[in-house]
Order: sequence, then structure tokens, then C-alpha cells
Amino acid sequence: MRSEVFYIIIGMALVTYFTRFGALALFRYTGVPTWLNRWLKYVPVAILTALIVPSLLLPKGYLDISLNNHYLIAGIIAAFVAYKSRNIIATLSIGMSIMFVLKLL
Amino acid sequence: MQLSNLLSGKNELAEEAWVALRECTPVVLGVIPFGITCGIMGLTANMSGLETISMSVIVFAGASQFIGITMLGAGITGWGIIILTTLLVNLRHLIMGSSLAPYMIKLPFPLQALLAFLLTDETYALTISRIHKARYSALYQLTVSTMLYLVWILSTVAGVVLGGYISDPLTWGLDFAMPATFLVLLIPLLADRISLIVFGTAAVVSVYAALYLPGKWYIIIACLTASLIGGLLEGDSEHA
Repeated sequence: MRSEVFYIIIGMALVTYFTRFGALALFRYTGVPTWLNRWLKYVPVAILTALIVPSLLLPKGYLDISLNNHYLIAGIIAAFVAYKSRNIIATLSIGMSIMFVLKLL
Repeated sequence: MQLSNLLSGKNELAEEAWVALRECTPVVLGVIPFGITCGIMGLTANMSGLETISMSVIVFAGASQFIGITMLGAGITGWGIIILTTLLVNLRHLIMGSSLAPYMIKLPFPLQALLAFLLTDETYALTISRIHKARYSALYQLTVSTMLYLVWILSTVAGVVLGGYISDPLTWGLDFAMPATFLVLLIPLLADRISLIVFGTAAVVSVYAALYLPGKWYIIIACLTASLIGGLLEGDSEHA
């Protein structure tokens, strides 16, 4: 292994660990303050939305709202199945099948 | 009596681990094409197999590995820019860490340190959804994160070994497994007016930010804006 690459990998690991452990280290002795707790209550909804919506609307890095965007079509149908069934297996198998069929067309 | 308590305790733990395994399977399968791609990218960036695999073992962060490998492949060997980019791409973990902190700070320190090392978008999404449905469980989080970690490493190895023989697995559309799984976790959370407003805000902000900002900034910006609005609305409705 080249030593400069090795140092870069170690550096990447250290800063990544900082982002993962930082919040815990900060609140370890004080607990999480109330005002922050109120803010954090909606973090799950906000993060999940920010992970899902761009990956469906911009799957290739540019905005694509058209029938050619397979991720969007399969995503809308998967959202409907998820709403009706609340079931990961059903949502995933229907969503992936639609994705597969759209690729073949 | 003590024995039966112990046994039922064991059963509960086994049950929790089993639920975790079952619920993480779709996400874990969705990670495989990314791991394979990571291995292939390492080869095309002229990294050795050992370098690519050790990155998956000690960094364990998909997006920043892709970016780091691409930069190394482009001949950027200055450590500063790669490490700074990694930091920025992973800043979103600080928000997830804060969100899980109220539960995790009660755990023994070594377990906190280990769970923090293994924290990813996928583990966060599943663990928070488990809290919503039942309660926080360190065993659940540990099971999910360990599975993701092992599969990430194994699929990187597969990418390095098979690299020359297969085409880019992300063109198969398998990366759709991630948003599809997250949809199932998100929809039950959209049960009240404030959550729907947070959803709408995060959707609009993340799309705009993804269009105009580099890297993963769109996740951080959308999350901070939308959850702040949610917190403020929540505060108002408490006073009313």
C-alpha cells in the first residue's frame, strides 16, 4: 500500500468518526438540551425526505420530471404501495419489478 | 423462577435481533450494488485491492469513499482537499448523532463508541423507525449496523475481485432499493399537520439545494431548515 494513500484513508476515517461520535461526545455529560430536543423531533421526517425526494427527482444529477425518469415513476407507485401496505417487502418487490420492466421497455 | 425470567429475557433479545435482521434485509441487499461499484471504482482509479478494501473497512461511508476514490483517480493526492471533502460530505452524521443522542448517551461507553463508528444513513433510518414503532433498542441498532458493515466490506471485495468481468451494477436500477425502503419508513411518520409541512419543506429545499449546491449539502440544508420549521411550529402549538 502506498503510504500517501494510507495516510489519506486514515484521515478520512478520523474525520468521518468525528462526525459520527461528535454529537454523543458533546451531550455525554450534559444531556440533550430541551430546545434542541424540540428541533430534533422532526429530524427523522426531514432527513428521510431529503434522502428520498432528490434521488427520485434527480437520479442522474439533473432535474428530470418526465415519463423517462424510471426512478420517479417507480417511486410514485412505491409510495402508494407503502401507504396502503406499510410493508417493506411488498413495496420493494413491486417497486423493483416496475423498475425492471421500465428498463426493459 | 429466576431461570424462567432469564429465559424469557433471552427470548426477548433473540426476538429483537430477529426483527432487526428481517427489517434490515432489503436495505442490506440494496447496499450490495454500491459496494461492488466501490470496488470497481477503486480498480479504475488505479488503487490496489488492499487500498480499496481497507478504505471500506476503516472509513465505511459510501458517498465519501466514492468521492475520495474519484479524487485519487484524478491524481489528487493532497490529503487536505480529500479529507475536507469527506468531512463536509459526512457532516449530516452530526445531525443523526444528535437525534439518537438522547437514547445512546445512556449506553456503556464502548458500546456508544462502536455504534457511532457504524452509524450510517440506513442504520439511522431503521433505528429511528424502530423507536417510533416500539422503543429504542441498542441490540436492534447493533444488529442492523453490523450487517450493513459486513455486507459493505464483502461487496467491496466482490467488486475488487470481479471488477474486470462485470459492468457497472448501478445501471441495473438496483439503487432504487434505498429510496423505496426509506419510503416505507417515512410514510408512517407523516401522521400530523406539522410532519406534512416538514415533509413539504424538506422536499422543496432538498431539490433546489441538490440543483445548485455541490456534494451532500442538500441533505444538511434541507434537514436543518425543515426540522427547525417543525420545531418552531411545535413550540407555537404548545403555547396555544
